[in-house]
Amino acid sequence: MTIDEVKIGGLGASRPRVEDNRFIRGKGNYVDDIALPGMLHMELLRSPLAHARIKSIDVTAAWAIPGVRLVLTGEMMASRNLAWMPTLSYDTQAVLATDKVRFQGQEIACVVADDPYIAKDACEAIIVDYEPLPVIVNPTQAMTAGAPVIRDDKENQHDNLIFDWEVGDKDGTDAAFSAADVVSELELHYPRSHPSPIETCGSIADFDRSTSKLTVYMTTQAPHIIRAAVAMVAELPEHMIRIISPDLGGGFGNKVPVYPGYVVSILASILLERPVKWIEDKTGNLISTGFGRDVYLRGQMALRKDGKILGVRMHTDSDHGAFFSDAQPSKFKIGLMHSAFACYDIPTAHLTAQGVYTNKAPGGVAYRCSFRVTEAMFFQERMVQAAADDLGLDQAEFRRLNFVQDDDFPHRTPFGFLTDSGQYGKCLDIGLEAVGYKKFLEQKEEAKKNGRLLGIGISTMTEPLGAGNSREYDILGIKMFDSAELRVHMTGKAILRTGAKSQGQGHETTWAQIVAHELGIPADDVVVEEGDTDTAPFGMGTYASRSTPVAGAAVSMVSRKIRAKARKIAAHLLEVSEEDIDWELGRFYLRSSPDRGVTIQECAMAAYSNVPDGMEPGLENNAYYDPPNLTWPFACYIATVEVDPLTGVWDVLNMVAVDDCGVRINPMIVEGQIMGGLTEAYAMASMQFITFDDEGNCVGSNYMDYLLPTAWETPGFELHEVVTPCPHHPIGAKGIGECATVGGPAAFVNAVMDALKGSGVRNVDMPLLPDRVYEALTTSRDVSGAPPIRTS
Amino acid sequence: MYPSRFSYEAPTTVKEAIALLSKANGEAKVLAGGQSLVPMMKLRFAAPQILVDINNIPGLAFHSADPDGTYRIGALCRHVDLEKDVELAAQQPTMAAAAPVIADPIVRTRGTVVGSLCHADPQGDWASVMSALGGSIVAEGPNGRRTIPCSDFVNGPFQNLLEPEELAVEATVPPPVGTRAGGYLKLERRIGDFATAGVAVSLELSGEQVVRAGIGLTGVGPSTICADAAAETLVGQALDQSTIERAAQLASDVSQPRSDHRGSEAYKRHIVATFVTRILSNLQPATEQAT
Repeated sequence: MTIDEVKIGGLGASRPRVEDNRFIRGKGNYVDDIALPGMLHMELLRSPLAHARIKSIDVTAAWAIPGVRLVLTGEMMASRNLAWMPTLSYDTQAVLATDKVRFQGQEIACVVADDPYIAKDACEAIIVDYEPLPVIVNPTQAMTAGAPVIRDDKENQHDNLIFDWEVGDKDGTDAAFSAADVVSELELHYPRSHPSPIETCGSIADFDRSTSKLTVYMTTQAPHIIRAAVAMVAELPEHMIRIISPDLGGGFGNKVPVYPGYVVSILASILLERPVKWIEDKTGNLISTGFGRDVYLRGQMALRKDGKILGVRMHTDSDHGAFFSDAQPSKFKIGLMHSAFACYDIPTAHLTAQGVYTNKAPGGVAYRCSFRVTEAMFFQERMVQAAADDLGLDQAEFRRLNFVQDDDFPHRTPFGFLTDSGQYGKCLDIGLEAVGYKKFLEQKEEAKKNGRLLGIGISTMTEPLGAGNSREYDILGIKMFDSAELRVHMTGKAILRTGAKSQGQGHETTWAQIVAHELGIPADDVVVEEGDTDTAPFGMGTYASRSTPVAGAAVSMVSRKIRAKARKIAAHLLEVSEEDIDWELGRFYLRSSPDRGVTIQECAMAAYSNVPDGMEPGLENNAYYDPPNLTWPFACYIATVEVDPLTGVWDVLNMVAVDDCGVRINPMIVEGQIMGGLTEAYAMASMQFITFDDEGNCVGSNYMDYLLPTAWETPGFELHEVVTPCPHHPIGAKGIGECATVGGPAAFVNAVMDALKGSGVRNVDMPLLPDRVYEALTTSRDVSGAPPIRTS
Repeated sequence: MYPSRFSYEAPTTVKEAIALLSKANGEAKVLAGGQSLVPMMKLRFAAPQILVDINNIPGLAFHSADPDGTYRIGALCRHVDLEKDVELAAQQPTMAAAAPVIADPIVRTRGTVVGSLCHADPQGDWASVMSALGGSIVAEGPNGRRTIPCSDFVNGPFQNLLEPEELAVEATVPPPVGTRAGGYLKLERRIGDFATAGVAVSLELSGEQVVRAGIGLTGVGPSTICADAAAETLVGQALDQSTIERAAQLASDVSQPRSDHRGSEAYKRHIVATFVTRILSNLQPATEQAT
């Protein structure tokens, strides 16, 4: 009688991904797959210069090309009060440039034409007269006295400083340093990278004059936020705006912000009363949309001789580009950078942060991370290794000595977060065992005698995933909860909608599994729909690994509401009182006579055909979930490498990952997430970066220059798991989508640094390209900053 | 992809192709594999008025050895054709070493060897290989065929000696005078990246003695570099340690790398020397290697 939960695709089932059925058949429905009757095509003209005053824009020749329907410039946007728009961080961003261009690739004008070829031709026919201005490409230049003010459009902005921010206990930390036996120091740069989803950004705006309704198909991870933003920016009534985010070809944080292309396509559709499609090309995506990282970090660690960490100081200088448009909770200027050192028992810490404008693309999105957590954990684990080396302690034992212990939860982190669960030591043990730690250390010594350089690197971290709770987390004042709506049809099949938006995470598969777990309805009987603001309940979207912690919890909670109603119906059907029945998966039964029962499907039928007197018919409900805390997954990543001393090329010998993300809904999808994350971690460590030359030219504007590792160079990974359920999540799950991207890079870099140990080199900044490793090895000096662009 | 407007021609004979090229007044580009041309058209760096697609011309997709040992590669021979040829390692070891490291598998499936040579990218691998082998390009025009040595063929970055109305119909390698040996090593930041530096070595051996040698360098100059002095120093010698070191030094000396985001000038010179040493050491008789 009992239903096997795994068989119905419930919790713990490695159920094949439902969405893959259409993806592997080429039947996905992406924005660019959509063609509406009478649709026109839009192309953006972008600035070739990073900083220049616009003297004039001549669009005469563009208008003269047959098939051109509309040419828009900043001036024309300004006449409609749309030349500027608000960002997600309370700044403003130019939609189409009016006064100046502030980064290479900035949007200057748009052409709408009958086909994209004509639109592109017409863009080339627009003549812009520029007066070049001095260019700023890093925080040092930005903060130099007398530096040109990039944001001279802003009243009271007389320099390039965006914010000065601090968190933690300065006095307490100073005292800890006074008491320290040893102070370790580290300075590093986390280079700029780009999330680079394979599908670029795009939209089709369709304004229907007869109904006054604006429908926008858009590549967005957060359709409801976009609806609110469009309502505010375009001053359209919110109920007349429908945002549809269809299948997304990846997001990684890149598809959270509002981009000029979206706004311009909307205005174009309103003006022309025809659907207008804008599909960004790859270069446009790489040079103009939300980047990740670009932070200089430095800090010190106060240490006792026996290895105990007494306190930490951190300072960050972050480069936000020309507009402060980070997508992050409003309260925190540098995201959740202060989640650093959360897995270690450190009494006190202090962080100062300074953010600046530069002539680079804006963004600062949470590239597969929970708002700057990637930089935080990278600094943490590089600092920890440096400290272990300074003390002459084994890097694994040094971590173990300082870990928060299993019975110390809940634990207040040095910057004030509250962690609630974990088995850090156990994860480390499993990792060390899997990699053969002791044996590798012996091999390393042996190899050294033959001139071979082996290294091992560890990265252990817990990170805050699943923003919010709404007390602390909001974007532009909108609280970071999430939602789910479940409709069970009379035959026991169901449709579930949430305010999240899958972009590869597999929600269509995993949400149904949660319903199956809560109600015993086979997962195959539950269809999941997201991304349409007219049908989905309000939600903050999918990023920062928040879907399972927040929307996933809402799925549980709405299922439980459904179950509560079904229980009343079951009592009615069994002609007993509610107190006399019990629940097992998929079925209510009489406690005194367990053979007598009704299935959830029978309850569903009765909900539409035979409800008790006084009960509303139907079996539908929704739930809004405001999590009591973030979830705190833990991870231990260990990499071993061999460095070729003659070329600086390094190969990964082994990469072991031990992840504790609590209860796993779909282990196969979790493993896929970890493997994808480790690939990005390897990418950051080895090659993936975007840099700029002195003129502000973006080096990394296409896939020849922006190096994404493929299956050919990505090493294999060995995965292990520990399960410490989240104490406050309805099903004990924690976020996982980003752990490996966040924690992984330090494992690779620590491994290469370990191989170079003894050469006098303390740090080589990512990416660890062969020439940089070789330079460090042969000069015995640190290699800092983004790779140099030497053009002469 | 939204390139500039162009017209497209698909001739079925070489003669027809040449007629189309002749008519085009230098405004035509030949499309073979398209792995460099098409991306350039996409970015509108290249905007040819006419595209002459030679893929429908029969008889160009070959690679084979003539009875006298001359090796010939037709204009539609894809990189993958060489990569998959199990006999190539014995016949043309330098080519066999290079074929699997050209670009990435996708490009290798479509791209052509001759097209790559004509593209004349200083970071192209085949030019170094063909220079090391003393190979030539056979160009056919309205007035018949002519043969251009690969070492002369490229006269600058992305420039070659073809006349606008000429079609490169094949690449050839002269017959060997000894037993062929050789290798190709390339440093790239990622598979499919252009070479930070690449080294092609071709040797012809009589016993342990080198009777003919060629060394070509990729990505370390405005165009492919023939390290003739380095090759010359090997001729008449056995591959002992000091000979190898001398060749490595000479190759490094003749390279003209520029510092860029792939590495400094000094680093690239060092890689050239390291790769020459590695290839030659690998070709040493087992007894030498042991010492």
